[in-house]
Amino acid sequence: MPILPPGINETDFSAALGQFAETVGTNWVFTSDEDVALYRDAYSPFWGSDEEKLASAAVAPESVEEVQQIVRIANRYRIPLYPISTGKNYGYGGSAPVHSGSVVVDLKRMNRVLEIDERNATCLVEPGVSYFDLYNAIQEKGAKLWIDCPDPGWGSPIGNALDHGLGYTIGHFRDHFGSHCGMEVVLPNSEVLRTGPGGIPGSKTWQQYQYAFGPQLDGIFTQSNFGIVTKMGFWLAPEPEAFREDTVAVYNHDDLIPLVDVTSYLTNSSISNGLPGLGSPLLRADSDPEHIALLQTSDRPALERYGREKNIPYWTCNIKTYGPKEVINAQWAHAREKFASSIPGATFTEGEKLEFPLTYEQGEEYQQGRIAGGRVDFGIPNLSIFQIISRTPWNPDPKFGHYYFSPIIPKTGEAIFEASKVFTEAYDQLGLSRPPQGITSLPALYYQRSAMLLMALQVTRNVEVDRKNRTAFKELIKIAAEHGWGEYRTPPAFQDDVMNAYSFGNNALRRFNETIKDAIDPNGIISPGKSGIWPKNMRGA
Amino acid sequence: MVHRIAGILVSLSLFVMGQALAQDVERGREVFQYWCAPCHDDGAARPGTVALQILYNGEKPALLEERTDLLPEYTKTIVRTGISIMPFYRKTEISDADLDALAAYLAP
Repeated sequence: MPILPPGINETDFSAALGQFAETVGTNWVFTSDEDVALYRDAYSPFWGSDEEKLASAAVAPESVEEVQQIVRIANRYRIPLYPISTGKNYGYGGSAPVHSGSVVVDLKRMNRVLEIDERNATCLVEPGVSYFDLYNAIQEKGAKLWIDCPDPGWGSPIGNALDHGLGYTIGHFRDHFGSHCGMEVVLPNSEVLRTGPGGIPGSKTWQQYQYAFGPQLDGIFTQSNFGIVTKMGFWLAPEPEAFREDTVAVYNHDDLIPLVDVTSYLTNSSISNGLPGLGSPLLRADSDPEHIALLQTSDRPALERYGREKNIPYWTCNIKTYGPKEVINAQWAHAREKFASSIPGATFTEGEKLEFPLTYEQGEEYQQGRIAGGRVDFGIPNLSIFQIISRTPWNPDPKFGHYYFSPIIPKTGEAIFEASKVFTEAYDQLGLSRPPQGITSLPALYYQRSAMLLMALQVTRNVEVDRKNRTAFKELIKIAAEHGWGEYRTPPAFQDDVMNAYSFGNNALRRFNETIKDAIDPNGIISPGKSGIWPKNMRGA
Repeated sequence: MVHRIAGILVSLSLFVMGQALAQDVERGREVFQYWCAPCHDDGAARPGTVALQILYNGEKPALLEERTDLLPEYTKTIVRTGISIMPFYRKTEISDADLDALAAYLAP
């Protein structure tokens, strides 16, 4: 028998489950041990421990009306709910609730692509739609549109955008919440709210204009527990004509500073509209004993000399550009000139040049040798990213998943150096394993104005090791905050800690969130604890 | 006469069962294509296929569709419990009926 929601007696819980079943049908209320176990987070850092966050049951509605009725029942019996979209947010929580004993509202059955508007390059989807589904729907329609997807294609465009997820294609499309347009939300009182022009009955511009009259509310429904999002619109990219990828290589440690600055200029000027990718061939150990020995030392000039002699760049940056063929060729020529004039000794390599649409074989060829990135650069969903943790020649003994420490830092070379120093020292203090040459977690540049570090901790399913890693993760959050850096997203295990790191003004942000929570969800039924926002009846004194 | 009718009925029922089995297997192929192929088919950087290549080192095919030893109960258990980094699948994703069809499709 699964656990009960805290404070709820068996009689009331049973009555609520019965009414859920009347709403969605008995087949879509899950209460047996084996069915409820499917709502565990497969990548839980708590796996197998007393602290693991577990559901009490799950209910899977098929319509907005059913969601409304579930919310009414939950209010009647004070049952905590935890909505999920496709439940594939692995590394950031999966399908398990933040508050143990919650009933998961599994929205996977709400899987309709409601609209694809090719002329205006927009779509409207339900939460159970995956990136695979949306991609397939566009292909079946024959629309010349691209989606922007994260690495794992089985996720939900809605769920991903609500958790501030990111992708790989063109400029602002990579920011999935930033490129959404219009939401439908079932509020904690069971009313249905539509944001943006959707507030006008029969609106003709719901997916065309992001604002409406009055406050723009959409953001408060992300990483929050203020409602259940049941529809969301997104802007799509018209299929570009062509793509090119070029690499700039620099050979001195401090060249990273102008390398990032020029990359930022190109990004902010839309001269390069793809996702830039930083790398460091010189900090990657290879088979040469001299190279390996140098990486163990802190003799930077010697390492630089070695790199120059062997033609191994200290840093590289892939520059990707999408658009008409002649235009992107001219854009790269300008970018190359900017790098060359700013960084003496920079060298350049031309890479892929593709025209769209790609054949299946071209997509496969492009994926070869790539793990993060690959076909997602062209909005083609896939699951290749799981090679970073699955059994591979370089990882013959895989663990059971991972989760990311992912602070946002300034997009400058200086900040990258500082963060690398801070977190290298922190890893050593905390006893976390790291490469001998330092963390070298070069930031991802998904966002146009900031950089994101992504440092993975393994899920071992060894209760003691996972506990130690959780303790270390919480220390990393504190250390980051001491340097003015905060996480963009985090698993439920750390959401209180991350929210508390945003402590400006005596935790004004958290307290304001709590004020909203108390006002709109007085019974505290929607995702208690999500993002560190607890309802009044569950907050400490 | 009775024997002829009985024979026709048996043939008919075998034909219907065969049709049903063919439909199950076709549904199983669809389930495989949708849920399993992104990791387990033959292509670039398919995590499941690469992992099984290393695990079996040629003793068994890395491609699940080429295996001849996947008993239905084994397939169903793996889908519902996960293995290594592969998570388990909920019934809103792969229903019990779809799981039966998938297991039949992959069965020897």
